[in-house]
Amino acid sequence: MSSDIPQLFRVFSIGIILVFIAGLYCLLVTGNLIRALIGLELLIKAVTLFIVLAGYVTGRTGLAQALAITLIVIEVVVIAVAVGVILCVFRYNKSVSVKMLRNIKG
Amino acid sequence: MVINIILIIMLVIAAVGTVMTTRLPRSAIGLAITSVLLTIIMFKLGSPLAAVFELSVCAGLISAIFISILSLMRRITTESRAVRQKEHFHKYWLLPIIIVLAAIALSQIHLPMDFNLPKQPSENDVRIILWNLRHLDLLGQIVILLAGSFGVVVLFKERKNE
Repeated sequence: MSSDIPQLFRVFSIGIILVFIAGLYCLLVTGNLIRALIGLELLIKAVTLFIVLAGYVTGRTGLAQALAITLIVIEVVVIAVAVGVILCVFRYNKSVSVKMLRNIKG
Repeated sequence: MVINIILIIMLVIAAVGTVMTTRLPRSAIGLAITSVLLTIIMFKLGSPLAAVFELSVCAGLISAIFISILSLMRRITTESRAVRQKEHFHKYWLLPIIIVLAAIALSQIHLPMDFNLPKQPSENDVRIILWNLRHLDLLGQIVILLAGSFGVVVLFKERKNE
């Protein structure tokens, strides 16, 4: 293990936490469904980078890449289905605001 | 090490810019830039296959999905855009401050980092791990892709009474 790996892990961890905070803030504050999806994307990106970083630090890049690929596939399916749901919401309400979803029956 | 620090700072700035931008198409482009920077970092961390997936799927496909859904929606007027920009600023002005404070606080924390893990397995090739050790993951991916495609077909279908 190279001597600067703990330093690298520290720097990248701080960056990952900051990206996670940005995504979480976007998800919590926004009233727009598309922007909420963008916040979710940022959260997933932070997690993906953390998996790759963990693989690099522990020397198991193969396993980390396998997990990251699985995560990316799940991410794209989630986004595609969520975009379909948003489109349905837009067709009915003519808006993508979260406030309009309060009128849903059930 | 300096390049890594520059890349991670650029990644954080791109993520914050994506959230802070008022207009959604710019936000989608910011997300694509974040993906490209993440790809470069993944290459540098020795994960080229995951990086290629990230570049093609996240920077390419997901950006295309976002842009296409935005093109399906109506444009807003200039007056409502000015109101929305004001609202947006009121909602998001706190984020850069939180990011800077969190960066300062996290840089002060010194956790003991001991990476003495058990002996790693002899095989470290992603192709062999993916096909031999994690084949159930592949099965799960196929099931999720099928479920997702079915969901997209159901959700995007034009109804006759519309």
